[in-house]
Amino acid sequence: MLSPVILVPAVINGLMAGAVYALVALGLTLIYGVLHIINFAHGALLTAAMFAAFFAFTLLSIDPYLAAIVLTPLFFGVGYAMQRFIIGPAAHGEDRSFLLVTLGLAVVIENTLLYFFRADTRTINLPYAFDVIEIGPAFVAVPRVIAFAAVIAVAIGLWTFMRWTDTGKAIRAVAKEKLGAELCGINVAHISAVTFGVGTACVAIAACLLIPSYYVNPTAGEAFVLIAFTIVVLGGMGSIAGALLGGLCVGVVESVSSIFLGQSLGQIGIFIMFIAVLLARPGGLFGARL
Amino acid sequence: MKSYLPIVFVVALLAIVPFVTTSNVVLNFLVTTLLIALAGQGWNLLGGYGGQYSFGHAAFFGTAAYATAILQVQYGINAWVGLVAGVLAGALVGAAIGALCFRSGLRGSYFSLVTLAFAEVLRIISSVAPITGAGVGTLIKLDMRPEAFQFQSRVPFYWIILALVALSLVVVRATENSRFGTYLVAIRENEDAASALGINTFAVKLAAMTISAAITSAAGCFYAQYFLFIDAAIAYGPRISIDALLAPIVGGAGTLFGSLFGALAIKTLGEATKLVTGDAPGLDLVVYGLLLIAVVGFLPRGMAGLMAAFVPRGFRNALPAERDHA
Repeated sequence: MLSPVILVPAVINGLMAGAVYALVALGLTLIYGVLHIINFAHGALLTAAMFAAFFAFTLLSIDPYLAAIVLTPLFFGVGYAMQRFIIGPAAHGEDRSFLLVTLGLAVVIENTLLYFFRADTRTINLPYAFDVIEIGPAFVAVPRVIAFAAVIAVAIGLWTFMRWTDTGKAIRAVAKEKLGAELCGINVAHISAVTFGVGTACVAIAACLLIPSYYVNPTAGEAFVLIAFTIVVLGGMGSIAGALLGGLCVGVVESVSSIFLGQSLGQIGIFIMFIAVLLARPGGLFGARL
Repeated sequence: MKSYLPIVFVVALLAIVPFVTTSNVVLNFLVTTLLIALAGQGWNLLGGYGGQYSFGHAAFFGTAAYATAILQVQYGINAWVGLVAGVLAGALVGAAIGALCFRSGLRGSYFSLVTLAFAEVLRIISSVAPITGAGVGTLIKLDMRPEAFQFQSRVPFYWIILALVALSLVVVRATENSRFGTYLVAIRENEDAASALGINTFAVKLAAMTISAAITSAAGCFYAQYFLFIDAAIAYGPRISIDALLAPIVGGAGTLFGSLFGALAIKTLGEATKLVTGDAPGLDLVVYGLLLIAVVGFLPRGMAGLMAAFVPRGFRNALPAERDHA
């Protein structure tokens, strides 16, 4: 079973799948790094974005990759407004309240989608969805290759943004020292909301990359967000590079373990890894000890 | 003993119901409400008093429900024995998860995440393992005898769940009055300080988690007998974890009657939503979610805090113990 003919394609496919996980995790880790909150609404937002991309294609026949151009700023706005007007004011700056408010938002978003679209599973048919590219010994579906390339580009873009722009510097300042940042004239409420917006925008891009090869139903995002939590923990909370590497790792683990365990148990590998990492090294593999 | 009088009063009030009406609709509503109140009371002990917010109480609820069901169906063991075994199994799972989490010092959001992950692992395993009936679920055979913990009428079920809720209230009140309860609250308020004062925080949290799991497990066993069916999504799905934390938070986390009042409030609201909108899937949960955000935003101490605001200062001692939301 361990012959390279099976293993190498599994690893390559895992890397491609892992890229999208990494993008979802990137948004999550960014929000965690600055706001120190675990955003339970992340998966629900992903589902919402997937529905948006789905209807953009079925109703307006806009290609999902083009829809990303509209959905990314749209979801940035949604994320910004959510943090600025709902989560921030309602949580009173307490960790546990943040958890509960984002959990509440997740429940609201998911069930609103369920109410309107029922539990039906929907897919779209793109003319090029089943085209494959040969990479070494493996055949990889075109949407996955596009997703991989796009994620790498987004990650580099995000890193540049955080490193060189004023807003990026302000975000890092708030992450390091909230009070100090405020004293330097940074509007913390605004920057927090921007961070949440950027995190949500990542989710919108991920949704557009996913929809060509994945299905959507009101709980589709849940699977990804638990994986994203795992990645964030693996990569160290708040680390961009950690999220990217962690995402790729998890993709490979899932792909390889489903060879041995079968599809439905492949997910267990991820959860067990998650629990093991949290118990053994809560700071993450790349992050500092808490 | 005086501190137990409010429990006697509230339980007596609820005990009147079957003498007033035997309507299946009313009793069914109250039974499911008390079921959530019981599951929530388990959460309340650990989350409300101990400040450890579990997002995975379904792990205990589901284990107990499956234990009760499987022992009967696969091994022909009596349902009442199954009830005891289910509570023990749930408590054991609680102790195991607690030992793992607290041994590695997980706190706050990390603890919430790991409990959620454990519930998910159990859900996936139970949806493929043959012993749980995999995707089909487990159906308990109809056997309408009191010895088999099955009744024709809903009234006996009502008495049983009321007794379990009463028992859980007594356990929580006893905890409040004990040294152990004080340690637990100290840990919630400031774990490092509690530890510095010589409290064995690991042992206290572990004990709280075990008792908490046992209480929620009782709800799981009852669920299995009341509905006679259990599958992976019901047992370990996120729905029950959310209900278990929503009830005490709405009612007032860390207060004796928080879970009971909260369960009454959310179930009433859920039924009212169904009346207004018809049986639309998901809409009651939308209301729950909005309620959760609103309570956290505007009523950090839940309904107990709201009541305190309207009670004259001199009478506040009569209210359940208050706390500032940590």
